[in-house]
Amino acid sequence: MSELRELYQEVIIDHGRHPRNFGVLENATKQQEGFNPLCGDKIILFVRENDGVFLDLKFDGCGCAISMASASLMTECLKGKTIKEIQDIFNLFHRWVMNETDSDLSQEKLGKLAVLGGVREFPSRVKCATLAWHTLKAVLEGEKLQVTTE
Amino acid sequence: MQTYKNDFPILKQAIHGKPLVYLDSSATTQKPECVIEAISNYYCNDHANVHRGVYELSERATRLYEKTRKKVQWFINAAHAHEIIFTRGATESINLVAQSYGRSHFKAGDEVILSVMEHHSNIVPWQMLQNQIGIELKIIPVSDAGELEMAAYEKLFSPRTKMVAISHASNVLGTLNPLKKIIEMAHAQNVPVLVDGAAAFSHISLDMQALDCDFYVFSAHKAYGPTGVGVLYGKTALLERMPPYQGGGSMIERVSLEKTTYAELPYKFEAGTPAIADVIGFYSALHYLEKVGMKAIAEHEQALLHYATSKLAAISGLRILGTAKEKVGVLSFVLEGIHPHDIGTILDSEGVAIRAGHHCAMPLMDRYKIPACVRVSFGLYNSKEDVDALMTGMKKVLEVFK
Ligand SMILES: Cc1ncc(COP(=O)(O)O)c(C=O)c1O
Repeated sequence: MSELRELYQEVIIDHGRHPRNFGVLENATKQQEGFNPLCGDKIILFVRENDGVFLDLKFDGCGCAISMASASLMTECLKGKTIKEIQDIFNLFHRWVMNETDSDLSQEKLGKLAVLGGVREFPSRVKCATLAWHTLKAVLEGEKLQVTTE
Repeated sequence: MQTYKNDFPILKQAIHGKPLVYLDSSATTQKPECVIEAISNYYCNDHANVHRGVYELSERATRLYEKTRKKVQWFINAAHAHEIIFTRGATESINLVAQSYGRSHFKAGDEVILSVMEHHSNIVPWQMLQNQIGIELKIIPVSDAGELEMAAYEKLFSPRTKMVAISHASNVLGTLNPLKKIIEMAHAQNVPVLVDGAAAFSHISLDMQALDCDFYVFSAHKAYGPTGVGVLYGKTALLERMPPYQGGGSMIERVSLEKTTYAELPYKFEAGTPAIADVIGFYSALHYLEKVGMKAIAEHEQALLHYATSKLAAISGLRILGTAKEKVGVLSFVLEGIHPHDIGTILDSEGVAIRAGHHCAMPLMDRYKIPACVRVSFGLYNSKEDVDALMTGMKKVLEVFK
């Protein structure tokens, strides 16, 4: 039960149920679809970028509480950040949920995103937490095609 | 209510400190001890390649392998043992028919009738033919209750219809389709019928001769047998007209470097060394089903289905998908505001194994405008206590998401 509580923390239930930055971003400069073929979860990430800064982000789609909360928290966290900063956050987050914890990876650095660390005890749910981030990576790398978590 | 739980060693374990409650038999069933023992015995005592050696061991292996073919024939009341072809599973059986029968009998513009409720394995092989030779697919719609729209089905036939490929039971909705009628209507137009029986075999008794279908496919692993074994039943006349699906050893009569003549049925379609031990293990599974009795199995599953349906339907915001009059022991649902995966994870923490997702039936998910659903499916080892454990788990789901 404690592992389950760790996974379904209040922040996750809240963001899963009431995702922030949800919907279509009208003046987006980039848009990327992400898909988890295993479960059918799908998101579209919209970004308005100017001069290497992500001025605004929104996402649309459907999925479980974990994938929705992850996308919601991600868009919140990345708003106003530079591409360089975003790359760093991506790397930190990836290590955090993939259980590559080491000394320089402290919870403070991740802020609110740290709540998603609960998936570490649920290997089959890691992909739910990383779907939005895979999609983000494709935006950073300028891929056109739909990306998948596979 | 009698259960057969004790026959299944795997069910004696705890998951996260709770007794394992396995409710995913539609994906694959667990194996009774007799099947596990049969495989072990075979490897300890009888293993050799089949149809090859003149020595005692090979003859023994061949005898056991062929005995399973006879058993399957008897089990589904096929007219001949050579109409039973061993494959890797239902999926391979369908691909075999699509590639062998389809490619040799269909031309561009010919039509195959499927339904919205098909498993991907009865959609994709036909779509491959669509790409390869330009056939067209016609789709039977499904009602809100999860039943085939038979009036629409009748209208799909045209002079170009060359095959009807339809599931006997839906692996998501549980619906048992009116096969007899479906087949009669197709035969009235001289169209052969392939039945995907993966979700029906092992739930109800079957009679190929009474049903009069042209092809029937299923997987052993969904019928208490081993993985890696499936069956293609086909009528002799059709199988004889079909070219081999794969080339190799065992499927030949004579090979020279210029020309090869093929073996007789069923060997023409069994190239290479088959899953011998698993086929032999399947014999024990069929023997086990026979001992319990198909009628008893169907009654047991129906009792569980009704019990679980009434319990789940009482949860507010829960919608059951598939309310057909005739169903196998499969119960799918969605719960307002809570995603199936979250339900799956929380139930797992209570030791309850269910499936959450699209169940390899994405077109059906689209039909009901849902991304995924929860599926509970029963086997003969389940009991009312298992349903009670599911309900305890559902309470916890509601608690976490309150
Ligand atoms: C209705 C139906 N058809 C076909 C299949 C495919 O069976 P297999 O994966 O054993 O080949 C399944 C398995 O889930 C099924 O439920």
